[in-house]
Amino acid sequence: MGELQTTVTMTVNGERVTRTIESRVLLVHFLREELGLTGTHVGCDTSQCGACTVLLDGEAVKSCTVLAVQAMGKAVTTIEGLETDRLHPIQEGFWAKHGLQCGFCTPGAMMATTYLLSQNPNPTEEQIRVGLDGIVCRCTGYETIVRAVQHAAQLMNSSTQTERSTEVG
Amino acid sequence: MLTAPFEYRRAERVEDVIEWLSDETRETKILAGGHSLLPLMKLRLATPAILVDVSALRELQGVQEDGEVLRVGAFTRYVELARHSLINQKASLLSQAANVVGDLQVRNRGTIGGSLCHADPAADLPAAVLALEAQLVILGPNGTRRESAEAFFMAPFVTTLGRQEILAAIEIPLSTQNARSTYLKRPHPASGYPVIGVACLIDAIHNQTIGTARLAITGIASTAFRASAAEAQLVGGRLDAETIAKAASTAAINAPLDDDEHTEYKQQLVQVYVSRALQQVAAQED
Repeated sequence: MGELQTTVTMTVNGERVTRTIESRVLLVHFLREELGLTGTHVGCDTSQCGACTVLLDGEAVKSCTVLAVQAMGKAVTTIEGLETDRLHPIQEGFWAKHGLQCGFCTPGAMMATTYLLSQNPNPTEEQIRVGLDGIVCRCTGYETIVRAVQHAAQLMNSSTQTERSTEVG
Repeated sequence: MLTAPFEYRRAERVEDVIEWLSDETRETKILAGGHSLLPLMKLRLATPAILVDVSALRELQGVQEDGEVLRVGAFTRYVELARHSLINQKASLLSQAANVVGDLQVRNRGTIGGSLCHADPAADLPAAVLALEAQLVILGPNGTRRESAEAFFMAPFVTTLGRQEILAAIEIPLSTQNARSTYLKRPHPASGYPVIGVACLIDAIHNQTIGTARLAITGIASTAFRASAAEAQLVGGRLDAETIAKAASTAAINAPLDDDEHTEYKQQLVQVYVSRALQQVAAQED
């Protein structure tokens, strides 16, 4: 029997972390169980629903279908890495436009939105719907999510962005 | 869900991969993007003892023109296939097919090599590589060999790839770089996989006489296949309504479909989607 454990180092939300783990540990479990970052949710666990979406070197991926060892040397951003001392414009967009009901898919939806807007800061409604194709939401019917993304895009593009003052907590 | 335990190895040299694959006592699988393999492993339908991560291998990377072909590294991800300017220009059919695989997150991880070697009969890319008459560059203990995409797919999830072999690149002839093409897919509403996917490539002068016609169909038979009889009917003709209707019927009649209670429905899908794909190509500007 060979070595079933591997030592991985990656940067998560700006912090360098090293752990020795079983090679089969999925990135989502690494984030939740090793690092306590439970904002990333496990939904379907079959790469369909997108609740586990995180950014890997800036790209949206489903962390239930990535091994933690595949993130070796890479930068991971989770929902916890989005806000600073105030809500991120994407969080504010979802809050202002009621882009959630039960909230289960929301971390994934917001990370997918982060990626979408990083690629295309001014998406059309159609582009938003295509961009969020990998997110399954069983509450909203997506209408309010689309509005949330549109609102977030406006906030991020507006020059008065720094004047927003939705304090966290 | 956890996969069964396995040993993880990160390959630095392709020679190491070939050597590791020779282990007859322990099943060794190549891990690329993992978007076909990891779901199988989570269901314990695959339980390899060793996983070889090939993401760092230089031989599998990159997209470049190389003489008469466009060489696409096997580790090229769907997102890159969809966006890469060389692929957009020289083999746009491949970009079009990659752009409708799964969803954005899946396209950020899945690779062309992974998809082709997994050989899911419902995958999108096999249709595109068949219609582009791509050659697969395969490395093994005896060096490099090339095989046509047509010969590569043998049965559902079965290819000619030997136990010690690894797909390094896909070579697409540049001879069809100016042809018009489309990939038309009817996605399953739940899974997103094609119920049928038609890759269509037509080279005709000023929308007049058809010189080259390629039709490859995925999702509906036990492997992706070329609609050769329909192609033959198109060559030398014009891309008008009558020719399109005839070719679509021929494709439907000759499709190698399983003989079951759905055959009639599948034939109709072939007829309708081949017809629509040809109409789309006919409508494209020169």
